[in-house]
Amino acid sequence: MSAARNDEERQRGGGTGIGMAFLEIEGVRKSYVIGQGRPFVAVDGIDLAIEQGEFVSLVGPSGCGKSTLLHMIGGFVPCTDGAIRVDGAAVREPGPDRGIVFQHFALFPWKTVRGNVEYGLVERGMSRAERADVAQRYIDMVGLSGFENSFPNRLSGGMQQRVAIARMLACEPQILLMDEPFGALDAQTRKIMQEELRALWQRFGKTVVFVTHDVREAVFLSQRVVVMSTRPGRIKAIVETGLGPDASRVAIDEKADQLWDMLRDEVVRAMAEERSKVQ
Amino acid sequence: MTQLAARLHFYVPVLLAFALWEAASQAGLIDPSIFPSLSSVLAAFVRLLTNNNLLKHAGISIFRQMSGFLLAGGIGIVAGILIATTAWARFAIEPVIRLVYPLPKSALIPLFILWLGIGDASKIGAIFLGALLPVVLSTYNSARGVNTALVWSAWSLGTPRLLIPWKVVLPAAMPEILSGLRIALALSFTLLVSAEFLISQEGLGYLISQLGENGDYPGMFAAVLAVTLIGVAADRGFLALRNWVLRWTEQ
Repeated sequence: MSAARNDEERQRGGGTGIGMAFLEIEGVRKSYVIGQGRPFVAVDGIDLAIEQGEFVSLVGPSGCGKSTLLHMIGGFVPCTDGAIRVDGAAVREPGPDRGIVFQHFALFPWKTVRGNVEYGLVERGMSRAERADVAQRYIDMVGLSGFENSFPNRLSGGMQQRVAIARMLACEPQILLMDEPFGALDAQTRKIMQEELRALWQRFGKTVVFVTHDVREAVFLSQRVVVMSTRPGRIKAIVETGLGPDASRVAIDEKADQLWDMLRDEVVRAMAEERSKVQ
Repeated sequence: MTQLAARLHFYVPVLLAFALWEAASQAGLIDPSIFPSLSSVLAAFVRLLTNNNLLKHAGISIFRQMSGFLLAGGIGIVAGILIATTAWARFAIEPVIRLVYPLPKSALIPLFILWLGIGDASKIGAIFLGALLPVVLSTYNSARGVNTALVWSAWSLGTPRLLIPWKVVLPAAMPEILSGLRIALALSFTLLVSAEFLISQEGLGYLISQLGENGDYPGMFAAVLAVTLIGVAADRGFLALRNWVLRWTEQ
């Protein structure tokens, strides 16, 4: 049944002439019915094709549906309309091809750092010795050697997010979904984490979809930045940053300013809408 | 050393109250026929150990209390998780729980005796029912509040959806579940003694009512003391177990 559906969708994807991007988002709409049956449209008409190894950020004002879109790519929330395909296969639920990191880390607090990083490996049925090996490799990679037996509660926010990143990477997903991963960190930690994430990405070349409302963060990390508008969330613009790994601070700031100009109206509009809702 | 001092400090007010009690008795300030002295209670305690099979009665009571408490704990946790995570369980079980909640469970003891006889089963049944609700409700309330991101993380890392309530929601809700279990533990002793008072041929509640009816007040106090000691020991033991289970919550 689902195999047949997959074939059908594969053909449909091929038929629209979008080509076969690694991650295809086509005509995606998400609406919720709240209260008296008036549907609330979170995102609408989203078309986006992301190539393998690309780093793409989604920016937009609060409530623009950027996180909702990420959750649909993750398979946690179904699309109301449209389709999301990874390597040609329609996304229906979370899978080992996609890993996710959340803003508030979402570590299993009752498990140690090692227990958290090994979690997905246990679920995959990896032997004890092998998973200890793999987990150690990723714990070392994010700089947490020596904290293997600590519980998350004892760690700083930055360290907790490193654990979450190691936990995701240990399962070797092809697509990394990051939902405002540095939004809960202090400014200094955030800067360090951004540099480390960029280094990780340059090393592994994984596909990353990164949600943030920090425009400079988006410019610093990504190759493309998707600017979203609010209510309903639509793609307003897709901007190539065109910045290499050695881009100067000035070049990054300039690009960020340019994007912010684009986003500013949307943020002001979203705030006005919030105000009118409260009144 | 300081830890030991802190522990001892905890018992100082209790020891002071005991000293005051004994002093008041010795000074003739309280009527020994209705409030026997501490020394006579302790003497009676030793007498009960040798003459009245105090340990046997205590063993029977502990068996009833533990059976009822463990059944309530196990079934309560499973029910609470199911109500919090599945629509059918919420539909089927929640109204029953809400309606039974305000009912004083001791009122059902006579019914349990009618249905299950005067032996262990009626006591265990009453303790089970009384201890069940705090466990179900604390489990349900905390399970409902578990962060969606935690559930999604496990789902994304390969945990089948059907197992997420047990592998993720249950441990995440454990701190509040254990608070509910502690309340259930205290309730289980109340119900144990109430049920044994009402009708029983053995157990500490039976011993208390028997000794009271025979006018052996030091003996009655000694039996009350025995119940108290068991209750305190159970609570202290539970706290130690809880601290071990929740060692991950330490800052």
